[in-house]
Amino acid sequence: MLDFLTEFPSLGRRDLSALRQGIDESFRTFSRAYGEQLEAFFNPLLKFLVWFQDLLTDAPWPLVILVIAALTWFGARSWKITGGTVIAFLLIGIFDMWEDTMATLAMISVATVLCIAIGIPLGILMARWDRAQSVITPILDVMQTIPSFVYLIPVVMLLGIGKVPGLLAVCIYAIPPIVRLTNLGIRLVDREVMEAAEAFGASYRQKLFGVQIPLALPNIFAGVNQTIMMALSMVVIASMIGVQGLGVPVLRAISNQYLALGLMNGLAIVALAIIFDRVSQTYGKRLQAYRETGRE
Amino acid sequence: MTEEPKVRIKELYKIFGDVPQEALGHVRQGMTKSELLERHGHVLGLRDINLDIPGRKIQVIMGLSGSGKSTLIRHLNRLIEPTSGEIWVDGEDVLAMGDKALRHLRRFKMSMVFQKFGLLPHRTVQENVEYGLDIQGVDGTEAAERAAKWIARVGLAGFEGHYPGQLSGGMQQRVGLARALATDAEILLMDEAFSALDPLIRTDMQTILLELQEELHKTIIFITHDLDEALRIGDRIAILRDGEIIQASDPQEILMNPADGYITDFIKDVNRAKVVRMRSIMGPPAPAQGAPVAPGDTIEEALQKLHAAPDGCCPVMAGGDLRGTVGIDSAIQALKAPAAASAHYS
Repeated sequence: MLDFLTEFPSLGRRDLSALRQGIDESFRTFSRAYGEQLEAFFNPLLKFLVWFQDLLTDAPWPLVILVIAALTWFGARSWKITGGTVIAFLLIGIFDMWEDTMATLAMISVATVLCIAIGIPLGILMARWDRAQSVITPILDVMQTIPSFVYLIPVVMLLGIGKVPGLLAVCIYAIPPIVRLTNLGIRLVDREVMEAAEAFGASYRQKLFGVQIPLALPNIFAGVNQTIMMALSMVVIASMIGVQGLGVPVLRAISNQYLALGLMNGLAIVALAIIFDRVSQTYGKRLQAYRETGRE
Repeated sequence: MTEEPKVRIKELYKIFGDVPQEALGHVRQGMTKSELLERHGHVLGLRDINLDIPGRKIQVIMGLSGSGKSTLIRHLNRLIEPTSGEIWVDGEDVLAMGDKALRHLRRFKMSMVFQKFGLLPHRTVQENVEYGLDIQGVDGTEAAERAAKWIARVGLAGFEGHYPGQLSGGMQQRVGLARALATDAEILLMDEAFSALDPLIRTDMQTILLELQEELHKTIIFITHDLDEALRIGDRIAILRDGEIIQASDPQEILMNPADGYITDFIKDVNRAKVVRMRSIMGPPAPAQGAPVAPGDTIEEALQKLHAAPDGCCPVMAGGDLRGTVGIDSAIQALKAPAAASAHYS
């Protein structure tokens, strides 16, 4: 009797292991059956990723820095940020982290584009239908809170080790903010303005592209920014499943207690994060020029 | 009226709540607004509204906040769906319209001006005025030309490239007005359009509206809580209280013969010298020695002539025809507000 209270009446060890094995086995069967198709499905993505990474690594470094500086200037229109970016990349090169940085840059860029391409339409869907919101929100909650190692397991079981599973892992972790903030941004659009659009006979498309998305842009941009930051923070974990880049030396540094190596590569990740952050934020702000001007 | 009304509202009811149809039954049996709220948790928005709105005139709908006036105007283009009743525009049943027909109505037939302007903050003045035309599908150059014309017409030339956030309230509402006019809709819905503006600016805007109306002859449905505004611009006024129309008539009729104590109370602070017109107080044609006055003259405008007349009487002339005679005594009499019939209206 007392046993019952102190010891939780759990499933027996045998039942449990049977259950786990059952799940594992069925997933394995699934991955054996569909693994190749899935891989084929993701193949174009892999090809693009490899191509982009090779492009960045093979191109002459001065050209790459020039292009990055130009993009930074286009995004931020600030000499300070552009200058800082150039210096950061020069330092990265001097400390022999150029190739890893390019690999990470390629990975983050592709992951961000993918997240935007999937996340913004999802956010729009959530803003349009409350049902979609009530279904997607808990999924996003799980995606954000589940330890990333846990979903690495099925991803690796399905697709093995390599760039694509790494990319997927990064995207799973990084996509929630863009979805959430797109949804939020659209829902926060002034009701008066929406009513006016409605009163002038705007169709759903006209309202979405003419009013809601333009007015939700500050929030959408905050989402893009968050997505990039989260993608960068996944770099080290992704390197555990074979993604090249700055995460690999960090991982090596952890297992061998190389302080300097870890620090240098860590700081390179930080530099990338700061550059992405400043450029995307100032670009977002510039799109909102009408908000800045002297309101009474 | 022999002429078909432009807009006809018939037996319109609106009840806000979870089961409005059930509540509708109670309201039809005579339950009051407060009883309905207390016993059934439903809010009575509009009760049995019947209103014929003539074309090419300014119909004012007046009421205090919570009287249902903004709810009523939103039924005309179905921004709000009624619980029961009929709405006809140009002989077409608005409630029978599908999405497409309704969008067509909103795009081409009715445009709207809002209390808080409802401008698109990310578009310039020019682009805001073009908005209705964009929605209609008018091509870029034509839309730009038409918008520029209306921007100039409301006195905003030179501000085309500004964003709404850079303009004062009065200027923003001019943009709102230009945007509504640019679509060439015959019906203009104005929801407390000038209420958010300073008194001086408000008078300015009323003047602009009246000037435009003289030329355009739109059917304007104008919501306001301000009686002076209603009397200044309204060709007809409907007074709304607790979701019911209490009196709908000519403004002069409201001034001279208020339907009940509520309206009497409402009009008691009006400066009658500025709003009561000769046609409301004139008697049948009779000999008069004073200078002629017009039927539309206010007491204030006519008082000097009346005073100067040796017999205190002036002929009321319209385009060379004698319409009646007005005496200084009746003018002075009319300055006094009708006594409150009873202070105890419900």
